[in-house]
Amino acid sequence: MGMTMTQKILAYHAGLKEVKEGDLIEANLDLVLGNDVTAPPAIDILKKMGGKVFDKDKVCLVPDHFTPNKDIKSAELSKCMRCFARENDITRYYELGDEGHGIEHVIIPDNGLVFPGDAIIGADSHTCTYGALGAFATGVGSTDLACAMASGKTWFKVPQAVKVILTGKKNEYVTGKDIILHLIGLIGVDGALYKSIEFCGDGVHDLSMDDRLTICNMAIEAGGKNGIFPIDEVTLSYMDNVNRERFNSGEYKAFVPDDDAEYCKTVEIDLSKVPLTVALPHLPSNTRAASDIKDMKIDQVVIGSCTNGRISDIRLAASILKGRKVNRFIRCIVIPGSRKVYRTALKEGLIDIFEQAGCVISTPTCGPCLGAHMGVLASGERCVSTTNRNFVGRMGTKDSEIILSGVPVACASAIMGRVATPEEVL
Amino acid sequence: MKANGKVFKYGENIDTDVIIPARFLTTADPELLKVHCMEDLDSEFIKKVKPGDIIVAGKNFGCGSSREHAPVAIKASGISCVIAQDFARIFYRNSINMGLPILECKEAYENIDNGDEVEVNFEEGIIVDKTKDLVFKAKPFPPFIRKIIDAGGLVEYTKGK
Repeated sequence: MGMTMTQKILAYHAGLKEVKEGDLIEANLDLVLGNDVTAPPAIDILKKMGGKVFDKDKVCLVPDHFTPNKDIKSAELSKCMRCFARENDITRYYELGDEGHGIEHVIIPDNGLVFPGDAIIGADSHTCTYGALGAFATGVGSTDLACAMASGKTWFKVPQAVKVILTGKKNEYVTGKDIILHLIGLIGVDGALYKSIEFCGDGVHDLSMDDRLTICNMAIEAGGKNGIFPIDEVTLSYMDNVNRERFNSGEYKAFVPDDDAEYCKTVEIDLSKVPLTVALPHLPSNTRAASDIKDMKIDQVVIGSCTNGRISDIRLAASILKGRKVNRFIRCIVIPGSRKVYRTALKEGLIDIFEQAGCVISTPTCGPCLGAHMGVLASGERCVSTTNRNFVGRMGTKDSEIILSGVPVACASAIMGRVATPEEVL
Repeated sequence: MKANGKVFKYGENIDTDVIIPARFLTTADPELLKVHCMEDLDSEFIKKVKPGDIIVAGKNFGCGSSREHAPVAIKASGISCVIAQDFARIFYRNSINMGLPILECKEAYENIDNGDEVEVNFEEGIIVDKTKDLVFKAKPFPPFIRKIIDAGGLVEYTKGK
């Protein structure tokens, strides 16, 4: 029987010719990732095991969740990671303000650390983002991170796959975010539980790398183990751009699923029929067409995160907010996802556009997405957010609400003071 | 290993943000985490839970964030076992690594009510609702996974080998 793209990558990293669904395998890893919330417990465990890291170039540590540190406890977490990085001479430790610093899932692809066929784990559920480049990437907890930092390996149960066939071309202002919310609305928050989500079809070529990163980022919100895209011209050009040296060396593997690979479910999405989509409280699967939401007043808008903090998101936001004003009762918080995104936005005059529109502009941080800092909600408040989760209490009190959307709906909503579509403001 | 206690029953898609909100993740100390366990969903939980008690829930328990702090907080609260229709995969893996016993059983979720007295035989996957006098069968873990859980988690298991 044929193998899916994910199964082929896992077989390759386990040194096996073939794997099938349900097999337990041990795979060699190309990159192992932790952040300021998940790495400190892993570091404690690693120290107890007396271990050193398996390869100082293949461990990546990023302070991004509670940073710039919001309080003393979070400062201690960052310190723990920073000291460990120094002691072990970790190459891929990105300090705040470093050239390559930012939100982990924004910078790691952008810093050229992900290539097709790579196997990556991260102690962060949104590690699945990197499937956009045809890599296998999945989230784990701190103990798995500790063991992988020591050995460079981890075990996996080989997953089944859900096949998602994309056709057609998306409409104006529809982005990767609408497509993934639409998919989660179709299959549910457990629609791909324990499974890979493998994207294919002619519609793939209509999607930019940033669209694909956003789509794979939220594979976890459908319960997925990973999301993955095939390799095409968009992938090749992205790799050439972010890491020409490795690209030219040819040290990567573009796996293609077998024609007779088995899928447990197939979903077809005609991109031309995907509307601007929002997910209402309190599940990412609670989707509606944004245009169907009438008179839903809001208090805050967040534009950023590992889902939508890339330069294309920031450019799109600026194109809508240019010459317009955020509603006077709304806080609109714009968070470029990395120092590089911030600097590009500054050079292109986008920061000035946000400033004039009445936005708050933040340094890169995960902050508000997880209710940590930089935009926590009070009881009864409602936020339109380009982040990835709208669970109870995610951004503040348990009585607050989050509506997930793409960048265009978030910008229009900031201007109108209620859930709105770009057509209403342009 | 056996568990015996009163049931706290919850619904579907119980996410790690309600199990332990991110605002409390500035510590990984189980004793500090447990006081906030489930607080956004059920503020009475931590006041009422007693050692040995059992959580029963619907599908996709533990969805969302990869935070290991979630099974840590549940275990520290005194909960001896979580029975759910099924689990989100990172939570599932983290629970094994943290030594929190978990079982998948749809029938148990459909029939057991909040407050029922339940006994669980982990080796055999037998769940007995003593209040209703009902018996359910879950698929038990293979021996090597049970050894990890019995040892108290992956780290203890690895040390003991």
